[in-house]
Amino acid sequence: MIQVMNESKTTPMRAPARQPLRRVGPPPPGEQPALLIEHATKRFVVGRKRKSVVAVNDVSMSIRRGEIYGILGANGSGKSTLIRLVSTLLTLEGGRVEVFGHDVERDEMAVKQLINRVSVDAAFFKKLSPHENLAYAARLYGLDARSARAEAIQILARLGIGEKRLSRPLEQMSRGMQQKVAIARALLTSPTVLLLDEPTTGLDPRSKLDVQTFIEEVRDTHDATIVLTTHDLAEAERLCDRIALINDGRMVAEGTPGELMTMVERDYGKEPTLESVFMTFTGKSLDDDVDEDKDDD
Amino acid sequence: MTIATRELRASFAFVERNFNLTKRYWGWEVAWLVYSIAAALAVAFIGVAQDDPGLLQVLVIGTIFWNYLSIVFGFIGETVTWERWEGTLEYTFMAPIRRYTQLVGSTFFAVAYALIQMVIILVVMILFFDLEFTGGNFVTAGVFILLGSLSFVGVGMMAAILPLLYVERGDQMVFVIQSIILLFSGVYYTTDVLPEWMQFVSQFSPGTYVLNGIRGGLIHGTPVTELLHNVWPLVVMGIVLIPLGVYVFGIAERYAKRTGKLKRVG
Repeated sequence: MIQVMNESKTTPMRAPARQPLRRVGPPPPGEQPALLIEHATKRFVVGRKRKSVVAVNDVSMSIRRGEIYGILGANGSGKSTLIRLVSTLLTLEGGRVEVFGHDVERDEMAVKQLINRVSVDAAFFKKLSPHENLAYAARLYGLDARSARAEAIQILARLGIGEKRLSRPLEQMSRGMQQKVAIARALLTSPTVLLLDEPTTGLDPRSKLDVQTFIEEVRDTHDATIVLTTHDLAEAERLCDRIALINDGRMVAEGTPGELMTMVERDYGKEPTLESVFMTFTGKSLDDDVDEDKDDD
Repeated sequence: MTIATRELRASFAFVERNFNLTKRYWGWEVAWLVYSIAAALAVAFIGVAQDDPGLLQVLVIGTIFWNYLSIVFGFIGETVTWERWEGTLEYTFMAPIRRYTQLVGSTFFAVAYALIQMVIILVVMILFFDLEFTGGNFVTAGVFILLGSLSFVGVGMMAAILPLLYVERGDQMVFVIQSIILLFSGVYYTTDVLPEWMQFVSQFSPGTYVLNGIRGGLIHGTPVTELLHNVWPLVVMGIVLIPLGVYVFGIAERYAKRTGKLKRVG
């Protein structure tokens, strides 16, 4: 089902749906969503004048187990704040967030066991090797460091990183390789909800392709629900079962890529591309998106 | 796996990680060790210049044990700062571990690291100076090192919240606290030479009692039982400050999550 949000009012719109290959769309009644966000709101007080800024404004979404759910938006639109709310790194001002029925604030430790996040900047101890970083991650998540090491070797081999590279400091690796290690680290803990916050931003085309292929592989081989934020519309179209468009902290549209493209063609007479969808609902072009890169998400 | 085993394994993550970081930054480790040895020797030579064996003992004890205590304090106080520098703070805070687990791991490593450095400096001092601690009570010294470690861990945990609350200035505040403890604790002199108001303040520094106790034991051979007036303040500080530090750290973490300060990279 496609949804276009207008202020706080939600107007479901009928549109010819793309035939889904897997279970796509909001969970039917009775099925527990992998991730449930209801009226999530987050404000920050910024600057010397202590101005209140609403980063996430009454956002709701329900994501089904096994889905890849994309969150598209310009820089500063609130995507990463939303991911941080799910990751228990921020507290909510209003609304609620649940991961498989566990409230992120009341049942924080259970949520932490179920999730993992890959951020745009691969957060590593750069002087340490991938092995040392992965051993640290394994111990934090209560895994056996030795078996985690064996699994990491396997995962990284699939990503094209040989065992020889794993003992050198991460700072000697390209950003693409670092990001692959970050994804391997996240998978090591077998998260049921994997939060990928712009995992391919800043990567060269080859590394981007490798990472995208790997995400598809993860979708097909792991029982993981993936939430992906991205600026890359082609990436969103390729990987995501459903997409939410976020603008100025609000969700302005939601649907499968096919549904959204069909809608802009049918209702707005525009070319059926995700770029048109993006511009129609956010009023911003991709160039604006790049210019606003200074702001925090 | 029991919760205790899991948390213990997780706390070892911090010990192993810090050990690996120390290995990778070995050049800096050597530089800091050379500086610590040079600083200790430079201070001790003041005693030699005065031709005063008593002063030499006071200075050597002060410099060696201050080095130990300040490392313990610094490592714990900078727990958050390290992660900010590396950009891993969010990753660590997202992991399913209790905050005390992180602090326990950091403390284990800090104490082990500081002990190793203390032994190295002690050996160098013995090689350079004709140190006489005959009749010294080493049990007393050991007890005060232990109690001093606990109280400094407590103060360090309290200080560790500052980099969480103040992204830019927190680490600087930790450094200022360390400097104040150095000044008021009688590291290179006994506190009775301080102005009255400074003597009053020095009562609140754990360093004062640790150094009094160690000097009493090593120089005068005083048993612990006769130094109880230096023992109980350290016991109280350890008992109160460690749990209070963990509790306050939790409050600071919630504040950081509310205001978005975990994200900021220093």
